[in-house]
Amino acid sequence: MKDLIEIRWHGRGGQGAKTASLLLADAAFNTGKYIQGFPEYGPERMGAPITAYNRISNTPIRIHSNIYEPDYVVVVDDTLLESVNVTAGLKQDGAIIINTTKEHSKIKELLSNYAGNIYTINARKISIEALGKYFPNTAMLAAIVKVSEIMKDEEFLEDMKGSFAHKFAKKPEVIEGNMKALELALKEIQKVN
Amino acid sequence: MGIRERLSGNEAAAIAMKQINPDVVAAFPITPSTEIPQYFSTFVSNGSVDTEFVAVESEHSAMSACVGAEAAGARAMTATSANGLSYMWEMIYIASSLRLPIVMSLVNRAVSGPLNIHNDHSDAMGVRDAGWIMLFSENNQEAYDNLIMAHRIAEHKDVLLPLMVCQDGFITSHSIENIELIEDNKVKEFVGTYKPEHYLLNDKEPIAIGPLDVQSYLFEHKYQQAESMRAAKQVIADVAADFEKMTGRKYSFFEEYQMEDAEIAVVCMNSTAGTTKTVVDELRQKGIKAGMVKIRVFRPFPAEELAKSLGNLRALAVMDKADSLNAAGGALFEDVVSGMYTAKKQVPTVNYVYGIGGRDTTVKDIYEVYDYLQTVVKTGEIDNPYRYVGLRK
Repeated sequence: MKDLIEIRWHGRGGQGAKTASLLLADAAFNTGKYIQGFPEYGPERMGAPITAYNRISNTPIRIHSNIYEPDYVVVVDDTLLESVNVTAGLKQDGAIIINTTKEHSKIKELLSNYAGNIYTINARKISIEALGKYFPNTAMLAAIVKVSEIMKDEEFLEDMKGSFAHKFAKKPEVIEGNMKALELALKEIQKVN
Repeated sequence: MGIRERLSGNEAAAIAMKQINPDVVAAFPITPSTEIPQYFSTFVSNGSVDTEFVAVESEHSAMSACVGAEAAGARAMTATSANGLSYMWEMIYIASSLRLPIVMSLVNRAVSGPLNIHNDHSDAMGVRDAGWIMLFSENNQEAYDNLIMAHRIAEHKDVLLPLMVCQDGFITSHSIENIELIEDNKVKEFVGTYKPEHYLLNDKEPIAIGPLDVQSYLFEHKYQQAESMRAAKQVIADVAADFEKMTGRKYSFFEEYQMEDAEIAVVCMNSTAGTTKTVVDELRQKGIKAGMVKIRVFRPFPAEELAKSLGNLRALAVMDKADSLNAAGGALFEDVVSGMYTAKKQVPTVNYVYGIGGRDTTVKDIYEVYDYLQTVVKTGEIDNPYRYVGLRK
């Protein structure tokens, strides 16, 4: 991992992009990193585009502004590709990860202005298979950890087991499904280019 | 050694309150400080504090309840933002004039209108002359540390003034970051037990608090408030010294960053200081002698100390996250400039109004400020001292 990595999340209100950014911050914190996880609050409502951010660093983080030149972008909802400039400022040696069922050729066409790495994942399929419901953020969390190499797969899974036990203390029945979603996502992420 | 944690600024404030375990907390929720009483009320219901939590129907009542509790002899705390503070305004002055050392978390947000829930400092600037001690915090760590130090300052017999700890709404209040917490027992020992000298529930000394104060007395009482605000400086320094012994973290009236040989510098408060430090480091790598001063103690205002720190600069910018709308300059600018003038320090100084209503303050914005300061040094001219950065024109 580089000394500092910056991640921008694009999602729609209610899909859990903010929660995913906070879980990622948690996971990185547990490996000894300095972290920031924060959403950009707008007039939030279900379905509206939202943005969240992560900074993960080996040294204390002092900067307090949004991220304009991210190393990685995570798109939780592919309908945003047509309405939000998701690759704005994204570094060419970085990567974008998209939750989509679209063909690789279609994704390449939609992101023709971006020359960096493109990954896709079908978080809907994974979520339905693992949880029986559509919560894309768990799969997207695993995808960004895999691509950014913030930590090793096993280390990440072990850590998330602890986080979920804490987060879902009152509904432990969803822990297993969420763990399964992480495992599936680590396997099923695909490189487009 | 402290406890390594990751918390939002609001969580950090709530944890500090839990460790302080005050007698009374009275609060009404308002964004972005809502989470503080929200987290605290869970501490109350699960028994981790024995505080009397008063869920009032308005902020005016929140501050009134704090005034009543503190006058009765209890240690009282609250939290609010923006219009919540506006609604407390009448009681804010009552609290300070009755010499009640109430402690408040103020999560800074723009005062309406039009309606905006995001960060600037217009709420704090609106009460800057209300007789409260005002501490500002760059991040969650400082918001936490300032709260741990708050009661020792406010309740000191030479002070007896209410105190507010400010942090930037959303920017730090809702950002999860690393923090080092202090062990519960150490906080308890550091903060100590509240032993008011005079209080209403003392049946051995029947007293009245807050009766009519006519022409023959109010002036003297205001003078006593002013004297206590002056005396607070020494107490703030002493408490910081004790805090440093406990944690190793050093706090002063303001933080000087790369100021030893600085030729140009920026004065700012709260979260923008972190972003500014990043820019100072980059400028230093280019050989530019840039520095920064971050105000922690805004009331009492450390005028003489600042004049000494800033007096030898070749150009200075003071950043205000609230526009005073007075056609002359922001509140921090006016305080800094009048302090320098009185101390006979003449430095070309400009004011930048920035970040209003949550406008993101970027590295690029801070560069723009230092770039202009370099121009001022080169040309010796200031075309307009009342400036804006980050404003769309």
